[in-house]
Amino acid sequence: MVLFENVSMTYPGGDVPAIDDMSFAIEDGEFVFLVGPSGSGKTSIIKLITGEVMADSGTLSVNGFDLRHIRRRKLPRMRRTLGVIFQDYRLIDEMTIYDNVAFAMHIVGASNREIRLRVPYVLDLVGLSGREKRYPREVSGGEQQRAAVARAIVNSPQLLIADEPTGNLDPARSLELMLLMDRINDNEIGTTVLVVTHEKELVNSFSKRVIAIEDGQVISDGMDGYYSYEIQ
Amino acid sequence: MRSSKIGYLIKEGFKSILTHGFMSFASVTIIVACLVIMGSFALIAVNVDSMLDDLESQNQVVAYVEETFTEDQARALQTQIEYISNIRSCQFVSRQQAKEELAASYEDSSMFQDVPDTAFRDRFIIYLQDISLTEQTQSQLYEIIGIAEVRADLQVARGFVTVRNVISAVSLILVVVLVIVSVFIMSNTVKLATLSRRDEIAIMKIVGASNWFIRFPFVVEGLVLGLLGGALAFLLEWGVYDVVATRIMSMLGGLINVIPFGSISVAVMAVYMGVGLVVGVFGSSIAIRNYLQV
Repeated sequence: MVLFENVSMTYPGGDVPAIDDMSFAIEDGEFVFLVGPSGSGKTSIIKLITGEVMADSGTLSVNGFDLRHIRRRKLPRMRRTLGVIFQDYRLIDEMTIYDNVAFAMHIVGASNREIRLRVPYVLDLVGLSGREKRYPREVSGGEQQRAAVARAIVNSPQLLIADEPTGNLDPARSLELMLLMDRINDNEIGTTVLVVTHEKELVNSFSKRVIAIEDGQVISDGMDGYYSYEIQ
Repeated sequence: MRSSKIGYLIKEGFKSILTHGFMSFASVTIIVACLVIMGSFALIAVNVDSMLDDLESQNQVVAYVEETFTEDQARALQTQIEYISNIRSCQFVSRQQAKEELAASYEDSSMFQDVPDTAFRDRFIIYLQDISLTEQTQSQLYEIIGIAEVRADLQVARGFVTVRNVISAVSLILVVVLVIVSVFIMSNTVKLATLSRRDEIAIMKIVGASNWFIRFPFVVEGLVLGLLGGALAFLLEWGVYDVVATRIMSMLGGLINVIPFGSISVAVMAVYMGVGLVVGVFGSSIAIRNYLQV
């Protein structure tokens, strides 16, 4: 569960708050789109959730971790409850697709046997069977993004965050990726999914909750699954 | 902690050396260059010090015994002389021996035939431990009843002390400057190497890796590269030293004596490997510290 309660945050040296008295909650198992224009605070929300930046005031809790008062050394433990997907994939170039995914399992202390069983399963789930030994530069953008998804879900995270995941993909690959995330949300674990996107049509093709933000504030929060907010 | 996890991290450290081949090569090269330059100056200083030791050890003090003392009485003074702490060795030379030695130094020794032994005095040939304390030792020798005169070349002794002090100061300054320059160069090389890995570290952090999980392979990598640099520097130094020492000995063999590398090789290897290890391990763990604050 993600809980923002009157959260404010200003970047060091900044005059205007990036997040201004923001409140919303995402329940376990929900699928939520976060939309808004550039500079509205979407990335800041992701950074707050992943603990890259700290809130100045309010209450902020993610998967049971109080991020307003969490100790720095506890952050890795909190991050292991998350799966994060970025627009630029952020795979480690020097590792094969397999190693990029296995790496996330090594971090949580999985045994070699568990890794040998789980990684091929997840790579198959995202349609990357046969691509295990390739390096990120040797596969297409869509495949890199699917590898990033595989890395994000391999540890069965409670919350899957996708920051503009379709930004570098064509419409067909984008829809494919969104369907994959919908499946992940719809599985027996019921992984919570938060997708930050600009893709109006994509959002509108799914009947999901949409939170729209502007200037660091929530301006609409609808369950109708319709992206009615117009980007300026 | 599971041994498989440590095994994985060690393997990652080794893999990283190969995947970041150019930076690994640059780091090792810098370590080798700095160690060889620093080490060469240090070895020159050690050799100069050893040569001064040789020269100093040849500088003798002669203590003459009162003419009224019999040979037995004179010989008895040896214990008192050796009691002085700065005395390294003390050898008694009788009047007769002194005459024979002097005669032997002339081509025509027959001219000393008529010179009586009593024209000479019993004496002690003394070698000191610390040549800078010559004056003090001379005074202590004078305090012994039966010692009539002590001849010491104080000017030579002072000259040696001055030369040693100057060489020590110059060597120290050079080595310190080279150490500072080397540390600066090496730390920048390590920083450069880790700068290219900034994104990689950020990804590891966001996936939930703890600081030690990220740091461990870096430390393994630094340790291996540091030891490799130390070992290569040692081998290179050995080769260069042998070539230079052979050349010097063939040119100035009779005048100076170069320390054989074999007699100092263990110490040189220990220092090189130690410096390589410290620079590698601390350099890498300090350099990534800034990137871990995510």
